[in-house]
Amino acid sequence: MSAELTRNAMLHEVGADYDQKYGFSDKEDYTFKSGRGLTSEIVTKISQMKNEPEWMLKFRLRALDIFHKKPMPTWGNTKLLNDIDFQNIFYYIKPSEKQGKNWDEVPEGIKNTFDRLGIPEAERKFLAGVTAQYESEVVYHSIREDLEKQGVIFLDMDSGLREHEDIVREHFATVIPAADNKFSALNSAVWSGGSFIWVPPGVRVEIPLQAYFRINAENMGQFERTLIIAEPGSFVHYIEGCTAPTYSTDSLHSAVVELIAKKGAHIRYTTIQNWSKNVYNLVTKRAVAHEDSKVEWIDGNLGSKLTMKYPAIYLVGPRAHGEVLSVALAGEDQHQDAGAKMVHAAPDTTSIIVSKSISKAGGRTSYRGLIKAYPGATNIKSSVRCDALLMDEISRSDTYPTMEIDEKQVTIEHEATVSKVGEEQLFYLMSRGLTQAEATTMIVNGFFEPFTKELPLEYAVELNRLIQMEMEGSVG
Amino acid sequence: MTSREPILVIKDLHVAVEDKQILKGVNLTINKGEVHALMGRNGSGKSTLGYTLMGHPRYHITQGKVLFKGKDLSEMTADERARAGMYLAFQYPVAIPGVSVSNFLRASVKAVRGQDVPVKEFRKELKEHLTKLGVKEDFLSRYVNDGFSGGEKKRLEILQMALMKPQMALLDETDSGLDIDALKTVSAGITALAGPEMGILLITHYQRILNYVTPQFVHVMQDGQIVLSGSGELAHKLEAEGYDFVTKEPAVATQSRT
Repeated sequence: MSAELTRNAMLHEVGADYDQKYGFSDKEDYTFKSGRGLTSEIVTKISQMKNEPEWMLKFRLRALDIFHKKPMPTWGNTKLLNDIDFQNIFYYIKPSEKQGKNWDEVPEGIKNTFDRLGIPEAERKFLAGVTAQYESEVVYHSIREDLEKQGVIFLDMDSGLREHEDIVREHFATVIPAADNKFSALNSAVWSGGSFIWVPPGVRVEIPLQAYFRINAENMGQFERTLIIAEPGSFVHYIEGCTAPTYSTDSLHSAVVELIAKKGAHIRYTTIQNWSKNVYNLVTKRAVAHEDSKVEWIDGNLGSKLTMKYPAIYLVGPRAHGEVLSVALAGEDQHQDAGAKMVHAAPDTTSIIVSKSISKAGGRTSYRGLIKAYPGATNIKSSVRCDALLMDEISRSDTYPTMEIDEKQVTIEHEATVSKVGEEQLFYLMSRGLTQAEATTMIVNGFFEPFTKELPLEYAVELNRLIQMEMEGSVG
Repeated sequence: MTSREPILVIKDLHVAVEDKQILKGVNLTINKGEVHALMGRNGSGKSTLGYTLMGHPRYHITQGKVLFKGKDLSEMTADERARAGMYLAFQYPVAIPGVSVSNFLRASVKAVRGQDVPVKEFRKELKEHLTKLGVKEDFLSRYVNDGFSGGEKKRLEILQMALMKPQMALLDETDSGLDIDALKTVSAGITALAGPEMGILLITHYQRILNYVTPQFVHVMQDGQIVLSGSGELAHKLEAEGYDFVTKEPAVATQSRT
């Protein structure tokens, strides 16, 4: 096979094994499935089925009103956004009657799915707690006893609201109000599932907690809601993964994630997003970082049809530090519109953004970022680095950086590069005996290395394997 | 000296890059155990010959042929040539960010030798070469050629050559960008690797490296052809008189390289 043919074959094999590995679906056997479309009746029904307090129902209905009033964003991929048919989506599916505390309590079919995705195995090997969400509800949940004894709360959001209403009510929607944007409003109206984590002062959760989100039904809308509160001096690392079956019509995933790092706390939030290519992934993620705290978003976007996601950190206390490290891989018919926002609202705060993207087979990546400094945020430092790698002539990458600096004593660095997978790099590696596919994989893995090295080893290995499969396809 | 068994035979080689004819009939035979120096001004086609022999996809053979161990190279890709025993030490080695030197070396050694080398054994082998080349071990965890000094890049090229044990080594301006100490170390590395089974083609602009690696044959390239060949003495003559005596064309100031 000529070099050119090999290359084309490789590019067309992008994600070729997704269907087999993640894209399968189960027969639907649900406790409750709402009709298609979004109405106040459905919102009320969700709240009633969950036996929610009155204030939450009111919050939902108000949010629904905001959703209807807010226009679609006029930026990002407006064409794809306007293709969303909100009346064709199922907003709530309850897959089982109760939540399992061990995997035997989870309905057989769903358990098999998570088995196939390797969740119980990962749990046994290296996780301190797991929640597994299937459609709208968390069907399995566990936390290590020692953490529970230390007072760490790790629940699905619905249980969190039931069991710790006071903490939830104090913090819920304080970081991301319903009116923040159209999709946060939608999530606020129909949210279900997600994680609630509260780490007591001084407690360090050294082993990661993980949530796994699975969409199964066609035209499903999944709207999990996550709230993580790290009390002073505490540490937690939370990891989320997600996949869905491949369908010919669209599904919608629209999460809201709020993080609160109190004085001296440290939150690390890692995402490996691997939705099938028919899923819209429109997510609002934001953290508030108080004095001397540290927040890190480690954000990997491999899947979905359109992702629009810009993890934000509001640095509100002196010396708070924020980092966003993200990678995006866009293949055929994919647009990864991702980025980061850093808002410096206190002196001596620092932030780092590193964004790496790869576009191939006509895929498109965009970096969209904001650095903002309020008056009085003196002596702040921020650095932004965006590297884009194009695998061919038909793929695309854009950068949309915004800076709003209302303070003089600041140090801001911004660097952006776009490169093509160099013919010279390929030739160099091939002159050392590597085939074209091996050489390409090596270059791509190297490009993602700053991200991969931040992942727990097991995830790093899995990510490298995914990339290798995508790059090599069936080329032997 | 040796059995005079040819390892590389270049016959009437014409090469074009994007329709621009650069090599216009090169003839050269290198036998096992021989060290040849290819000299000439910038732009005379020396590096083009190196790239062409290694199989760079942008260098097209328009006429003539190259036999490597008796086999026509034209249908072989760069990786196939490497696995067959061809090696090119680059004049400007390319950075591969995020790929550590040790991972890169392991992958290439595995590819060229056709089998995985046990980690322990590989480490030991590496260490020996590192010591010889005067390189610290933390070199291995750095990213390939990323932020390397000129000397470090050239040492890595020689380190790879030592591990890959090629039968035909093309060394493209391996002396450029080196201070005198680095030049000595790198030259000693090349000399140590040379042997009765291997052919070496030293592509160089200056005579300097030839004080440390002694060629049996020296060729001068001009405008895509070898216009003069001789013994090792020829290099000294070139050093003393410049390239002008091989041509009637007016002298062109050569660029100095640092």
